[in-house]
Amino acid sequence: MSGIGLALRQVRFENRAFWRNPASAFFTFVFPLMFMVIFNVLIGGGNPEASRFFTPAIIVFAVITATYTNLAMSVTMARDEGILKRMRGTPLPAWAYLAGRILHAVVIALLLVIIVAGFGALFYGVEVPWSQLPELLLTLVLGAATFCALGLALTAFVPNADAAPAVVNATILPLLFISNVFIQLDGAPAWIDAISSLFPVRHFADAMLDVYAGRGFAWSDLGVMAAWGVAGVLVALRFFSWEPRQ
Amino acid sequence: MRGLRKAYGPIQAVRDLDLDLARGEVFALLGPNGAGKTTTVEILEGYRSRDAGEVSVLGIDPAEHAARLRELVGIVLQSTGLPGYLTVREVVEMYAGYYPRPRDAGEVISLVGLTEARDRRVNQLSGGQRRRVDLALALAGDPELLFLDEPTTGFDPSARRQAWEVVRDLAGLGKTILLTTHYMDEAQALANRVAIIADGLIVAQGTPDSLGGRDAGQSIIRFSLPDGHRLPEQFGALQAGSTYELQSQAPTRTLHELTEWALAEGVELGGIAVSRPSLEDVYLQLTASAEAA
Repeated sequence: MSGIGLALRQVRFENRAFWRNPASAFFTFVFPLMFMVIFNVLIGGGNPEASRFFTPAIIVFAVITATYTNLAMSVTMARDEGILKRMRGTPLPAWAYLAGRILHAVVIALLLVIIVAGFGALFYGVEVPWSQLPELLLTLVLGAATFCALGLALTAFVPNADAAPAVVNATILPLLFISNVFIQLDGAPAWIDAISSLFPVRHFADAMLDVYAGRGFAWSDLGVMAAWGVAGVLVALRFFSWEPRQ
Repeated sequence: MRGLRKAYGPIQAVRDLDLDLARGEVFALLGPNGAGKTTTVEILEGYRSRDAGEVSVLGIDPAEHAARLRELVGIVLQSTGLPGYLTVREVVEMYAGYYPRPRDAGEVISLVGLTEARDRRVNQLSGGQRRRVDLALALAGDPELLFLDEPTTGFDPSARRQAWEVVRDLAGLGKTILLTTHYMDEAQALANRVAIIADGLIVAQGTPDSLGGRDAGQSIIRFSLPDGHRLPEQFGALQAGSTYELQSQAPTRTLHELTEWALAEGVELGGIAVSRPSLEDVYLQLTASAEAA
């Protein structure tokens, strides 16, 4: 079987295992919706303008959760349990195994996007930007790819599975607050704006807001995301570990 | 394998190791924790690089062609997790798909004795059953050579016997097996040949029966005498209270002389036992002298 065939086969096994843990699967899908409702009620106060912000913002949050957070945690755990080391002892190419995990994360991310966008259209009247479909898809695919790469790169800096939730949350939650995702940045201090502009979360959020506002491709944002993605791939290639850390 | 060396920083894990395996044999690598067993095996498996020496596994250098080697070998590591939400059958089928010429999944599952548990999820299995899944995954690709790193550590005695049966069945299929263990009885029960490794060096090598001169060594005769009886000096026995110990190169003759004397005296030799140094005695002696050196 070709490497690509093996990777797709791996996606099927990952997917089967995913749905056999219903509690985990349920909350994976409900979690972003809970945030969406809470933000719309508490921060937006039912204002339609706020809903137009929070729908793309929660899409960004959902994609980051399904790719970065999920991969960084589950791959660290698989590494600590020795699942990765065992895989290395088979003829399955390393890239095909990781591609399988990445593709599965992307499939879950896309399902989440459909759910969140549908929820926003149905309950908050935020129209899906059908006229911007190529822009929407490119932004989503680039965002998912970037945060998959960064999630795998992060595993190199997580010493063990027990530390994974703390490290992952500490790297992503502050950025979600200062990057136009959980809180709209209008009127924020310039230094917050400057800091968040260094990181990819901000550019993913701004690109998605542009798509929802019908402003077309946000090339400079997409460019910064791609640069972070490439950096993530390089770090992962150099430092990724298949064996538990001592 | 010739002159294998590997150091971790200042620690010499493996120093100048030579090892030859014949196809179809079961070879056990014995040694205390930290002796270099796992390092040696992981170099052969292609997980570790070596500092010096020549290695050829099935004609392949694992440092050069790890990918090709992995199609031909099966590996059971010391402790490795399994995807808990898949069933035994699914996991075996998943792994079988990685190999160019896999063995039938049902056959592999029955070989390790998990046929009745085949549709159960891995996270519902007992520890012993999971270890058998480990073995099944190593067999999924129908390997020529099997590495078993401490396959029965943590097993209860009956689970160990069952695991041994599985390994014997595999040997019966003509597989070459390299086993590491720190259980003497395991090496004795399974291996055609044994090497004892201590402090990164092989200190003894041979069949389990001949190792360290066990077959040619002295026998020990132990017994006790009732109060008021003493063994004549000529036997040269070691005495501790009423218990005597005789060492002999010719136990048949010594026993004959001893029983002849006992019958003439009309005494019963209590708890009489004749023994040879066990593999464990040899092992402890060899690894202790390596540590002292």
